[in-house]
Amino acid sequence: MRALILALMLIAAPALAVQPGEMLADPALEARARAISENLRCPVCQGETIDDSNAPISRDLRLAVRERLVAGDSDTQVVDYVVARYGEFVLFKPRASGSSLILWLAGPAMLLAGAGIAFAALRRRAVAPEAAALSDEDKARLADLLQK
Amino acid sequence: MIVEFGHFTLVLAFMVALVQTVLPLWGAYRRDTRLMAVADPAAVIQLLLIATSFAALTYAFVSNDFSVKLVVENSHTTKPMLYQFAGVWGNHEGSLLLWVLILAFFGACAAWFGGNLPATLKARVLAVQGSIGVAFLGFMLLTSNPFLRLANPPMNGDDLNPLLQDPGLAFHPPFLYLGYVGLSMSFSFAIAALLEGRVDAAWGRWVRPWTLGAWIFLTIGIAMGSWWAYYELGWGGFWFWDPVENASFMPWLIAAGLLHSAIVVEKRESLKAWTILLAILAFGFSLTGTFIVRSGAITSVHAFANDPARGVFILGILAFFMGGALTLFALRANALDAKGVFSMISRETALVANNLLLAVSAFVVFVGTIWPLVAELVFQRKLSVGQPFFDAAFPPFMVILAIILPVGAMLPWKRAELRRVLRLLTGPLVLTLALAALIWAVQTGRSALGPVGAGLGAWVVMGAAVDLWQRAGRGGVLDRLARLTRLPRADWGKATAHAGLGITIFAVAAINAWATEDIRVVKIGETFPLGRYDVTLQAVNTLEGPNYTTTMADMRVTKAGAEVTVLHPEKRFYPVQAMPTTEAAIRQGVFEDLYLVIGDAQDGGGYAVRSYIKPFADWIWAGSLLMALGGILSLSDRRFRAAAGARKPLAVAAE
Repeated sequence: MRALILALMLIAAPALAVQPGEMLADPALEARARAISENLRCPVCQGETIDDSNAPISRDLRLAVRERLVAGDSDTQVVDYVVARYGEFVLFKPRASGSSLILWLAGPAMLLAGAGIAFAALRRRAVAPEAAALSDEDKARLADLLQK
Repeated sequence: MIVEFGHFTLVLAFMVALVQTVLPLWGAYRRDTRLMAVADPAAVIQLLLIATSFAALTYAFVSNDFSVKLVVENSHTTKPMLYQFAGVWGNHEGSLLLWVLILAFFGACAAWFGGNLPATLKARVLAVQGSIGVAFLGFMLLTSNPFLRLANPPMNGDDLNPLLQDPGLAFHPPFLYLGYVGLSMSFSFAIAALLEGRVDAAWGRWVRPWTLGAWIFLTIGIAMGSWWAYYELGWGGFWFWDPVENASFMPWLIAAGLLHSAIVVEKRESLKAWTILLAILAFGFSLTGTFIVRSGAITSVHAFANDPARGVFILGILAFFMGGALTLFALRANALDAKGVFSMISRETALVANNLLLAVSAFVVFVGTIWPLVAELVFQRKLSVGQPFFDAAFPPFMVILAIILPVGAMLPWKRAELRRVLRLLTGPLVLTLALAALIWAVQTGRSALGPVGAGLGAWVVMGAAVDLWQRAGRGGVLDRLARLTRLPRADWGKATAHAGLGITIFAVAAINAWATEDIRVVKIGETFPLGRYDVTLQAVNTLEGPNYTTTMADMRVTKAGAEVTVLHPEKRFYPVQAMPTTEAAIRQGVFEDLYLVIGDAQDGGGYAVRSYIKPFADWIWAGSLLMALGGILSLSDRRFRAAAGARKPLAVAAE
């Protein structure tokens, strides 16, 4: 129970995670830092980005991201820098490589497969609907009747 | 004594559930009416017994009985009365008790309102419902007993997690569970129909109200949870793609699909096997959700109860019900032959597309949710799947769905001409494109999310309006308006729910595309600009709440010098749980919310302040409520009530 309470305290830390003092003066660079942080997971919390987390390590990461940006790194280089130290666990959006391709392709693949199966089943089922269709003459009569 | 009595009635309910499972099933097999007749009273008695248990636990909470372990862990004498009640289900054991209570409630409803069902079908439905009760009552009694006593009762309790001490969250679990567990009815009907070997239009008509009801509750429950996250968690997000949120979202998506395919069964006697499969999967996702929430196997922000032993037990329940149901489905699905034929372009095909998209989107959410687990077990990769993934992988399916929705909704059954429907929708299409282009032009340089979301929203809403207008027939405007008021409720429900979806799609896109954020240190007396507003931090005071202390700021918001409002964001501290929470101050408006959060005092003086303008925020939940309202309108349609009376003479005539 103590451990649970402790864990809850960590999770439910107040929401002011990005502190004003940490932010960069250059709004363009800061915007890039925020965009990068959104995809970086706090390594010790439960499913929080480093932006939302209050853990000291998240603060270190936020500062590290900004340091690299100021040093002139590209966004990809910054992310690579963090991943090299903490592993792909910190990426909320796994890279579409190796076994993670399954994750990315599962949805589109299922849509294609489902659409294919449905199409085949529907074609089999649609038994010559043309035969049952009304001729132009009948249609004209029907329209005429509906008008009245 | 009362607590022991509650424990006793829970054990008794388990026994009754066993009887309710075995005897009617045997009776339906033997065509023995006396055995089948056991189901009705058993279902009602089970409800009464579990309700007694629930009342006993509630009594323990309200009377602060600190000899009960659960009360000690989740209550405190200073806790406000509302949360003394809500505390009953604000924990693992109590929420399970609520789960089985609702399960028994649905079972009893089937006994009360199922008078027009064939005797064997009804007996089987109640037996399946009883078997779910056996599984979960057994789970409670063996691993999660809420009635355990402590040998040495403490003077006071540990209190409820302060995040849960909120009116929005007090009522969020009951609604969500009404939805989750409501899907057990669709499941029971599906299994009973497989056992009977018959699915017909009448079955579709019986199962639809239950699914619709469950879906309405799920919609409201999810909307409440998301609203709670918006104002309570303090950074203005409303959906985090957290595993627990996904757990409620997957059954919602599948239930939405089931609603639509059950219409095809009811009206056209087609898609039977698929509908049965969806009914099984919808409850399967409910069970998966319960597994995710209750086991903590997939660590999540919400994992309030982590216990592997419980996880294994629920996994066993899941394996039994899904394995059994799917095996039965594989054996019997072929017997369900379709009657209605339809051509490639028809309402039926549109509903197949709807089902495909909803099922695939639920599948994407499912894969994303369990992928960290699979990657670790199978590929030895420790990775995370979070919001950025879902934000990229999920919306495309919803975009396709929104594009085809207005067209599909207006296609006639059986055989349709696409051109005729498209001609009716020309006006909305032109307006939609014009709106999107206008927004695109005005907001130069921003992402395409805004115009696309606004366009889709407008398209779906206008499509719903055109659909209704079309239903009103021909003739003058006044005639049509008069006929509009006499349309069946189901037509209004359909249009309302679709319009609600359009509004929610628009609002989600708008809040993501156009929100303004500002983070800074503000000294007392200082003013800073926020969009078209100016915000002044006037004072920060420390105050006492019933079971917390709070640091409350007074922030004055002005627009061009005129006062708009004074907001009071808070930072609370709950001493019993030693936990801080943020209470954002929100000024809700029709077109935008002002959202202010006060943070820690800074070393150099002043406070950290986070402020946002959230455009169209409330439209997200307004749209969700419209969807639920559409469901209610549809549920209140004469057809469902009239059918009850009309069936009996029909059955006699058939004999």
